[in-house]
Amino acid sequence: MFVRGLKRKCFDGEEDIEGTLAGIKAIPSYNLQRQSLLDMSLVKLQLCHMLVEPNLCRSVLIANTVRQIQEEMTQDGTWQMINTQSTGQASLDRLVSTDILCRSARDQAEGKHVPAYGTFNKEFESDQAQDSSETMSTASSVPAPRNLQSNVWEMENPQENKGNFQKSLDQIFETLENKSPNSVEDLFSEVDNSYYDLDTMLTGMMSNTKMGHCDSLETFSSPTNTASNSNCKSDLNDLDHIVEILVES
Amino acid sequence: ADIISTVEFNYTGDLLATGDKGGRVVIFQREQETKSRPLSRGEYNVYSTFQSHEPEFDYLKSLEIEEKINKIRWLPQQNAAHFLLSTNDKTIKLWKISERDKRAEGYNLKDEDGRLREPFRVTELRVPTLKPMDLMVEASPRRTFANAHTYHINSISVNSDYATYLSADDLRINLWHLEVTNRSFNIVDIKPANMEELTEVITAAEFHPHHCNVFVYSSSKGTIRLCDMRSSALCDQHSKFFEEPEDPSSRSFFSEIISSISDVKFSHSGRYMMTRDYLSVKVWDLNMENRPVETYQVHEYLRSKLCSLYENDCIFDKFECCWNGSDSTIMTGSYNNFFRTFERDTHRDITLEASRESSKPRAVLKPRKVCASGKRKKDEISVDSLDFNKKILHTAWHPVENIIAVAATNNLYLFQEKVN
Repeated sequence: MFVRGLKRKCFDGEEDIEGTLAGIKAIPSYNLQRQSLLDMSLVKLQLCHMLVEPNLCRSVLIANTVRQIQEEMTQDGTWQMINTQSTGQASLDRLVSTDILCRSARDQAEGKHVPAYGTFNKEFESDQAQDSSETMSTASSVPAPRNLQSNVWEMENPQENKGNFQKSLDQIFETLENKSPNSVEDLFSEVDNSYYDLDTMLTGMMSNTKMGHCDSLETFSSPTNTASNSNCKSDLNDLDHIVEILVES
Repeated sequence: ADIISTVEFNYTGDLLATGDKGGRVVIFQREQETKSRPLSRGEYNVYSTFQSHEPEFDYLKSLEIEEKINKIRWLPQQNAAHFLLSTNDKTIKLWKISERDKRAEGYNLKDEDGRLREPFRVTELRVPTLKPMDLMVEASPRRTFANAHTYHINSISVNSDYATYLSADDLRINLWHLEVTNRSFNIVDIKPANMEELTEVITAAEFHPHHCNVFVYSSSKGTIRLCDMRSSALCDQHSKFFEEPEDPSSRSFFSEIISSISDVKFSHSGRYMMTRDYLSVKVWDLNMENRPVETYQVHEYLRSKLCSLYENDCIFDKFECCWNGSDSTIMTGSYNNFFRTFERDTHRDITLEASRESSKPRAVLKPRKVCASGKRKKDEISVDSLDFNKKILHTAWHPVENIIAVAATNNLYLFQEKVN
């Protein structure tokens, strides 16, 4: 009845854990649970964009949850803890998840920057710079998918976990969209739907206007969509797989 | 049959309207008691069916607009015809439902089947007469209120002046006049200048049943704002703010999500209002803003399952709630086709099931019980066996009598209090 696997890692009964906090052993499992909740939330936000029109209430609630987890994680400095621990299981899970994601990401390795998203790009790159130990995946230069990320993740010292996670996120995102390389604009216009002003969609999908009105409209219309439709099924299979991996990690 | 998305009795209770995911409206009418069929009193039969909304495509945004009927609200009856408002995500329509039981016969210029008669065949003049015919119920759209909502409409509410109504979407509330379709007034706008700062949305809104200047709207953060339209044209400043302080001991990552209010309903008296959040129903006294006067736990056993319910999205289900005619009892739905009623004065509550197996016609419903933990008694259901796909989101209570309508996915159940 409930989706497979999650119960083990679930927050169900988290109050007990919070209440006791008996020793170091209890804390990592709480952190792992919290991390998996964060992963799940971000995937949910991603999935929103595949629907007809995202349910704004649901998106806002999930985003608030993400923000809350983020705040808590920075408050009790658990970024450090996860960093230094690198227990076998934790890092292995991360390896597994990003490995799977890597494969599909490599298939459509993106090299280009999207000029309109300069500001987000900068922030991402600065994270990258501080992210010395990150070598795992082919880092796509596709920046953090949305403004939410740049707001929520406004930290002075972005940690490895965050960079790692953002990368996973980007890869999920690419896999989900699975568009051809020249429709990166399309990728972002899809992303921005739920969070950017729907009113301004009329004026050419926010930053897309900078790329040229006609171009954006063209990529947004049916030709690209029909191309991606044929890939949808395999995408969905990939997606299930990815969600499964993320959830179990 | 499609999934039922809204259920609403009219002001007398003789008509019951349902809207479904396919944009159809089905209206049931209560049978009158007759000597020949004494047992048929109380039965509702199909009165009219019509397609209210069609799926649309927004070409500018490349998005589909669902035809699903989100809400139906009846207008009070002022003549022989019945009027109701039905809305999907973007457009509200006013429908007129009228009966026709007579037709004119004996026209001079056309035959009975409608064909024009040859002029030379008209040899005499006659006056058309009205002859009875089989009852025909016609539904015709009288007004279409469109293009006023950027976001998804979640509520409509007819004002007590019977001339205006409000429509609410995630971020805005508009005031309409029933006669005017090309203009509406925006009375609440909570959209931030920068959408990135958006943390709260409007989830439901309703006019006060007696004071035509007062309305309330609920939010995803579990707050209710009462506004008075006399104070200013734009009611961004509330007159009253209802919020229960959070219990710090039960705080979790899901606290905000489960506090999000899915429905708000004024009592018939107008003195109280009821709000439904994920796990409970709360009754508020309009004179007291800092906490509700009554709280009823609908399915507290789900509190320990919130993570799983978050994963399968059930935590975002929007349950509705309703009052009975005398405001003595409240009702709301749950999972596994269960619905619950709470008697306010006696604090008695009961859980019932709306399913074919447990509802034989005229049989008394058996109370159900969910076993939260420990040993399951006979006839109890354990939490893990609950079917979370069978959710009762929409219920309605007859305005006067103890008759309830319960929508269980694509089935409509009508239950009546057993009269001995």
